[in-house]
Amino acid sequence: MDIITGLTIFVLAVFVGVEVITKVPPTLHTPLMSGSNAISGITLVGALLAGEGFLGGMLGFLAIVFATTNVIGGFLVTHRMLAMFKKKK
Amino acid sequence: MFDILLKQFVMAEQGLEKPVAKAAEKVAEVASLSEFSNLGYLVASVLFIMGIKGLTHPRTAVRGNLLGAAGMLIAVLVTLVGGQVSWPVAIAGIAVGTAAGTWFANTVQMTQMPQLVALFNGFGGIASVLVAGAEVLRSAPTSGNIAVAGLAAGLAGLIGSVTFTGSLVAAGKLQELSQFKKPFSLPGHQIINAVLIAVTLILCLNMMDGSAWEYFLLTTIALVLGVFLVTPIGGADMPVVIALLNSYSGLAASAAGFVINNNVLIVAGALVGASGIILTNIMCKAMNRSLLNVLFAKFEPSADGPSDDEVYAGKIKSTSPEEVAMLLDGVQRVVVVPGYGLAVAQAQHIVREMATLLESEGVTVEYAIHPVAGRMPGHMNVLLAEADVPYDQLKEMDEINPTFSQCDAAIVIGANDVVNPVANTDPSSPIAGMPILNVGDARTVIVVKRSLSPGFAGIPNPLFAADNCLMLFGDAKQVLMELVAALKDR
Repeated sequence: MDIITGLTIFVLAVFVGVEVITKVPPTLHTPLMSGSNAISGITLVGALLAGEGFLGGMLGFLAIVFATTNVIGGFLVTHRMLAMFKKKK
Repeated sequence: MFDILLKQFVMAEQGLEKPVAKAAEKVAEVASLSEFSNLGYLVASVLFIMGIKGLTHPRTAVRGNLLGAAGMLIAVLVTLVGGQVSWPVAIAGIAVGTAAGTWFANTVQMTQMPQLVALFNGFGGIASVLVAGAEVLRSAPTSGNIAVAGLAAGLAGLIGSVTFTGSLVAAGKLQELSQFKKPFSLPGHQIINAVLIAVTLILCLNMMDGSAWEYFLLTTIALVLGVFLVTPIGGADMPVVIALLNSYSGLAASAAGFVINNNVLIVAGALVGASGIILTNIMCKAMNRSLLNVLFAKFEPSADGPSDDEVYAGKIKSTSPEEVAMLLDGVQRVVVVPGYGLAVAQAQHIVREMATLLESEGVTVEYAIHPVAGRMPGHMNVLLAEADVPYDQLKEMDEINPTFSQCDAAIVIGANDVVNPVANTDPSSPIAGMPILNVGDARTVIVVKRSLSPGFAGIPNPLFAADNCLMLFGDAKQVLMELVAALKDR
């Protein structure tokens, strides 16, 4: 993959993000933040592939720990919040 | 083919004596696996977008979050199967992270949500730093283009490090730890920060030739920079700061994606980057301040302007819970205006009890939510949802403002600056132009507040002295409990 392909993907994804996220109502802005926060834990994929040698392996391990905390904690806490939002009976 | 040649060239350049044929074989094997992986990453990216789309309505939000989680699971599984993963390291790391994440998510109180999001932003940031760091240490880079990978690693290190320490400081401020309580800055901190930013950017550009020591110097400086950038910012501006750091954590992930040539990191990072920027913008608008003003200017409570005495003297009418209960007899529509003071007093549940009582008498009860009512975007909505307030009763500022004139009683609880009419009337006031809730238009305004002390802006609030305003002094929870008791006795 060359740099232009990467940048193309990046820019198009930003536009998709802006289109979708501007439609999220203020009521859900906190879950949006914690949920998107969990998505940014996607670095976990990079963390799993990282690491060569002792130092690289250590960095990779720490990256996996932080990213997994981010991912699991983020999705769980978002779920906990969203489960509280109820319509009037 | 060109790719393979390039990789061999890179290896040769670095003096690696691997048999050429073996290396080529390996590259071919990785290529077929990576096609499978990339397909999985595409599915994950689509699920992330659909997940965020689900968050556009409370009805679909739970499913949206699950879609996002499913996308993440697919991305991880594809990586575990298709990539060259060290299994013991992966299992150990995922086990520790899962335990920590579950603990955080299950023990956090809803009032502490801003701190937790800040902390998680920081974790995402440091993970990107570590991934880029491990990649820099690699003898044969994953990415074909060394200059691009180096620059991206530099950016991931810079943004990720600033996000990490900046988020930790923000979380400390939100948790009100004494060490972080006061905005602190070194003399001439603007200049120091400018120099540090310049140095890190130069090091970033230097990274294009792909050397490792520059990366570690760069991240060290950036870690310090993150602290320096956030410490001078006051606690009340933290909603903006965490929204911005949310965006940074996404950008750092994107940059890490460029380092290791991975599409799903680029896409997911871009989505989060966009989300954070949009929320930052919304928060700034709600305070009528520019982002630069929030980040770099000290918010000075104004010294001039009318004093408390001039505004309040002889005009404050104090009331009692019993009087309020009588006043609420026979009303048609009540609007509750919650501020963060309500959450501090833990009065959400008693407010809902009051609302249920009124509703049982046929009164319409709604809640007017100012965008900066809580400590992060949408925070007040979560706090009220926790107290079982139905989300269709929570009204945004723009929706409810025109209707205050048809409201019999507005009950302001623990809010001050967001209902200060001075924002509309006095162009010299520090909150001039800030959008406010026009509670003064209601027939009667009842303000539940401990004292007449000013809010964050440090200015008196003429609303409290208005003819149609009654002050109900005391702790929000205590006072509302008395009010509920009085309503029951009525």
